[in-house]
Amino acid sequence: MDKGSAQNTDKPNNSKVIKKLVLVVFAMFGFGFALVPLYDVFCDITGLNGKTNEVGVIYKDEGIDTSRTITVQFITRMAKGIPWQFEPEINEISVHPGEVKFVSFYAKNKSKHDIVGQAVPSVSPGVAAGYFQKIECFCFTQQPLKAGEEVEMGLQFYVDIDLPSEITTLTLSYTLYDISAKVGS
Amino acid sequence: MATEIINESLDDAHTDDHHDYKMTGIKRWLYTTNHKDIGTLYLWFAFIMFLTGGALAMVIRAELFQPGLQIVEPDFFNQLTTVHGLIMVFGAIMPAFTGFANWMLPMMIGAPDMALPRMNNWSFWILPFAFAILLSSFFMESGAPNFGWTFYAPLSTTYSNGSTAFFVFAVHIMGISSIMGAINIVVTIMNLRAPGMTYMKMPLFVWTFFITAYLLIAVMPVLAGVVTMLLTDTYFGTSFFDAAGGGDPVMFQHIFWFFGHPEVYIMILPAFGIVSTTIPAFSRKKLFGYSSMVYATSSIALLSFVVWAHHMFTTGMPLFGELFFMYCTMLIAVPTGVKVFNWVATMWRGSLSFETPMLFSIAFVILFTIGGFSGLMLAMTPVDFQYHDTYFVVAHFHYVLVTGSLFSIYAGAYYWLPKWTGHMYNDSLSKWHFWCSLISVNLLFFPMHFLGLAGMPRRIPDYALQFADFNKWVSIGGFAFGLSQLIFLAVVIKCIKGGKKAPAKPWDGAEGLEWTVASPAPYHTFSTPPKID
Repeated sequence: MDKGSAQNTDKPNNSKVIKKLVLVVFAMFGFGFALVPLYDVFCDITGLNGKTNEVGVIYKDEGIDTSRTITVQFITRMAKGIPWQFEPEINEISVHPGEVKFVSFYAKNKSKHDIVGQAVPSVSPGVAAGYFQKIECFCFTQQPLKAGEEVEMGLQFYVDIDLPSEITTLTLSYTLYDISAKVGS
Repeated sequence: MATEIINESLDDAHTDDHHDYKMTGIKRWLYTTNHKDIGTLYLWFAFIMFLTGGALAMVIRAELFQPGLQIVEPDFFNQLTTVHGLIMVFGAIMPAFTGFANWMLPMMIGAPDMALPRMNNWSFWILPFAFAILLSSFFMESGAPNFGWTFYAPLSTTYSNGSTAFFVFAVHIMGISSIMGAINIVVTIMNLRAPGMTYMKMPLFVWTFFITAYLLIAVMPVLAGVVTMLLTDTYFGTSFFDAAGGGDPVMFQHIFWFFGHPEVYIMILPAFGIVSTTIPAFSRKKLFGYSSMVYATSSIALLSFVVWAHHMFTTGMPLFGELFFMYCTMLIAVPTGVKVFNWVATMWRGSLSFETPMLFSIAFVILFTIGGFSGLMLAMTPVDFQYHDTYFVVAHFHYVLVTGSLFSIYAGAYYWLPKWTGHMYNDSLSKWHFWCSLISVNLLFFPMHFLGLAGMPRRIPDYALQFADFNKWVSIGGFAFGLSQLIFLAVVIKCIKGGKKAPAKPWDGAEGLEWTVASPAPYHTFSTPPKID
């Protein structure tokens, strides 16, 4: 190959180009992983993926907009392989934007062993996720339930007064996962 | 471009050089660092993989010949569609183009070989291992990957049949091979051009491979990253795509398609390069709008990075996102249209002749444009909600990949076979190959448009009764197309074994340095660079 590089002595040599290209390869490999936190930040700003706040907010009193009524629906879903009963006490509730509401959920560990559960919330439509404010929620923490134990879990929330006017219904969905293995290890 | 023919006699002068020593038997191929040998290896490997992936497709079409489950179980059907896709993308189309790059790039730019010949050997020889790993999973208890070639999480993590690790390592090796091949192409083109060959004097073929290589270097590492995340999610308890641990399965689709969309241009830009070589040759005119072709190729490559989410319109994006990705996607039609018009303008008032490479090139222009138009339909968010995950999508990407990429590969293969083998191919047999392929491929893929519009979902082994007639036609087209490809195998073998002796330049309209060397091309060409005016 000396012959090849000798043919263009005025050009940059191979190893210089290779070094740059290999650097790009590693940078792009890193970029793939950097997309993970970037995606979270991006979704946080845009509400792209329907994720809601993960720590409680402090209620800001900006008045109650009684001219609008929003229907908030609750859905629960068990991930594969978690033997719990988990459901909302009421399926839907009407709220005015800015009004604080409290609803409770019922959970029971129907199995014969202790399980740590984690409920993961998601709001649909995704755009509304940023306006659904949870003051207190059981989903902020893990729920360890002993075999056969049952529990009432609370959710305190309000819908932000700035909610876009075309949205009249929100669906809050909880998926319950068994995270015992992860907690244990 | 005007070229000076100075090298043929010089080549002979160098035969005493120790480089000309050829090992015999298998060692020649295992240890080779010669770009022509490695190009040949790539092309044969791609063809074997093409027949393998094709055989899987035959089983798919046999199952879909009539409604109900006849031949295979649904789970095995999923394995067939998954591995068919992976093999055709990573095993057939991409290595075939790398084979073209290896054979032709050094000869087109007047270089003695690729810039990094040892790495070249390495990048080919790890490929068979990748596909051995992937295909071996068919013979294991858990079976081959069954989550679709797009391997969406959680199908490939939580619900995987246990083949994820094999899949991931196979993809890692394919990725490393592609990246090494791409680095080699970039270094070769940057450093080994003959004196006087400026960037804007390079044949368009060289330009398209140059740009494709950059795309590969940019996105193959992202693919490596996303499969690594799958691996750790499945086996090491991370939660990149697992909502239980704070991850998000939709993020998988974003990262995958950030790789995936540039990937589809990796599979079509070299095709543009090939037909931009063959169409001028058989029109006996210069390529119309050379520089606009270069800029169009570059802009397609750049735009490919900002359109990925058009694969994900139904995942519930905000309206702004859907509009952004819709308009960006439609924007790609502009440079692509420039290319199509340039090819047509090249043929306009040319002295056309219809040798087999030209037939495949013209079929490419027409049928690729059909695939492009169905792509535009899919780009429109509101209608995509109807077309998403139906046979319309299957029809679209097979039009661009089979009648697009594959037909261009055939055009290129027929065009350069005389240079590679030193013999002319059997003309009538090659015409049989073309016409059988052309008719059967349309019978195979055109009705899929209507099936998709009528609502037949993809990746399902069974279908509703009203789709039965069309599926029967599609399957017949599929079998006919599969058989037609064996004609090509016959043509190639006959051409290697003998045939009419090919002159150095068998096509009177052909241009480029590769036609200044003898046919078959000597083992070493351009040991002394030619001069370009």
